[in-house]
Amino acid sequence: MTEMVGLQALVASIEPGQSVTIPVDRAGVSMAATAAMIEAGLTGLHLVCVPISGLQADLLIGAGVASSVETSAVSLGEAGGAPRFAAAIRAGSIRLRDATCPAIHAGLLAAQKGVPFMPIAGIVGSDLLEVRPDWKVIDSPVGEPGKVVVVPAITPDIALFHAPEADRFGNVRIGRYRELATMAYAARRTLVTVERIVERDLMATEDSAAGVLPALYVDAIAVAENGAWPLPLWDEYETDGAELARYAAMARTDEGFRAYLSAFLSRGKQVA
Amino acid sequence: MTMQDDRARKELLITVIAGLLDGIRHVAVGASSPIPAAGAMLLRARNEQQGKPPVRISILGSSRHNFFTNGGVELFDCAAQGRVDAFFLGGGQIDGAGNINLVGTGDYPRMDVRWPGSFGSAYLYHLVPRVILFREEHSPRVLVPKVDFVSAAATTPEVKRRGGPHALLTNLALFDFDRERGGFRLRSVHPGYSAEDVRDRTGFDYAMPEIVPPTPAPDRTTAELIRGQIRNELAECYPEFARTMAAA
Repeated sequence: MTEMVGLQALVASIEPGQSVTIPVDRAGVSMAATAAMIEAGLTGLHLVCVPISGLQADLLIGAGVASSVETSAVSLGEAGGAPRFAAAIRAGSIRLRDATCPAIHAGLLAAQKGVPFMPIAGIVGSDLLEVRPDWKVIDSPVGEPGKVVVVPAITPDIALFHAPEADRFGNVRIGRYRELATMAYAARRTLVTVERIVERDLMATEDSAAGVLPALYVDAIAVAENGAWPLPLWDEYETDGAELARYAAMARTDEGFRAYLSAFLSRGKQVA
Repeated sequence: MTMQDDRARKELLITVIAGLLDGIRHVAVGASSPIPAAGAMLLRARNEQQGKPPVRISILGSSRHNFFTNGGVELFDCAAQGRVDAFFLGGGQIDGAGNINLVGTGDYPRMDVRWPGSFGSAYLYHLVPRVILFREEHSPRVLVPKVDFVSAAATTPEVKRRGGPHALLTNLALFDFDRERGGFRLRSVHPGYSAEDVRDRTGFDYAMPEIVPPTPAPDRTTAELIRGQIRNELAECYPEFARTMAAA
């Protein structure tokens, strides 16, 4: 059964040291839960970015919540590089597992299918193979002889994202952001924040069910209005570019980052 | 650089890109790549005018300008199926062997300068037949003899691949990539620069013809197309950039 909980209760079920998979900026990032995680003082989390991240990873790294990250990139997009990510790399304060986008999708797909690894095209010749000893190059056991890269299954403890709506049965509308379903299939538990709970049954028609992650995969839902801000949410609101630019400027220094964080967290409390 | 010069520079790059893409059916463009997108739009407009096959442009991260319904993985699957003919990659460093570095400079992992990361490059370089390396800055710090970290390798004789670099386009010049030899060959130098300028500002060795021609500037019809239809199409996805393309 999917639980309907408050935001604090939602993040209280995440334990220090767990792995948490999070989506790319445009695919429904739960910034509301991100604030609550920082507020709760979580530490030692391992982030799995699908397949990259921006503000969310930078905040979690800067605030000391995440101590290790698997990602294909961390960037604030048009607002520039991710300052706390870069600072943590220089300081050696986070463990980084550099990846390439489709390899993260492939790792989650292996977990979705319950197999230990997934073969993937390309990658040969990249230094990623040097820094990712868990990725192997094997002789293809079937078909035409040749080398193929295999990546291990990624089974995160938690999948965490934000979506426009859920129904009271716990079905969540994810549109065509199918990676959110992949994350949920692969993860042990899935936590979702939504703009609102709707009265209709999202599984009622083929049309609506096609864009839905069924309650079967959803463990807990919390309502968080404007919960992706300042990142966008499809069909609901655009990126708050001015806010991202403000973050990019302030987070260049540790002091500036602390000041930003403090305002960000108190805003979260007002909204909640 | 005056606004007039900057517009001429952009129009030249857009025209070169449209030429490099000639003959493709489907090109994917990054969300923050207005010049490659404009080049693709120019090709699409020209093909329409000339009754040539239509060009499909997928702008990643745009909900209106993408044809995918299967999430973030679909572009990568599409490339693996041979349904993406062209793509653009940049690089904090690009070396003479065509390898690109999107990770950083210095020793991994605690690098002197850290960039965002490899994105999909390690994969797409193998699978997309016509990868255009596009990097506006043409300097020895970008065009290096050997990259500090190979995000994606240009040639890998040990595996079969259909993809790899096709050309390298900068603010100064256009190079072709020779996959047999595994290196670049200078094709043309943009107006206002000489072959010596290119030599001085390129950190790697490359082949060149005895007489290096200038990169052809857009003809009047092309320039008008860019300033009209293409600028309007760009404004939907890249409003800021479209503004900079306005007449000075």
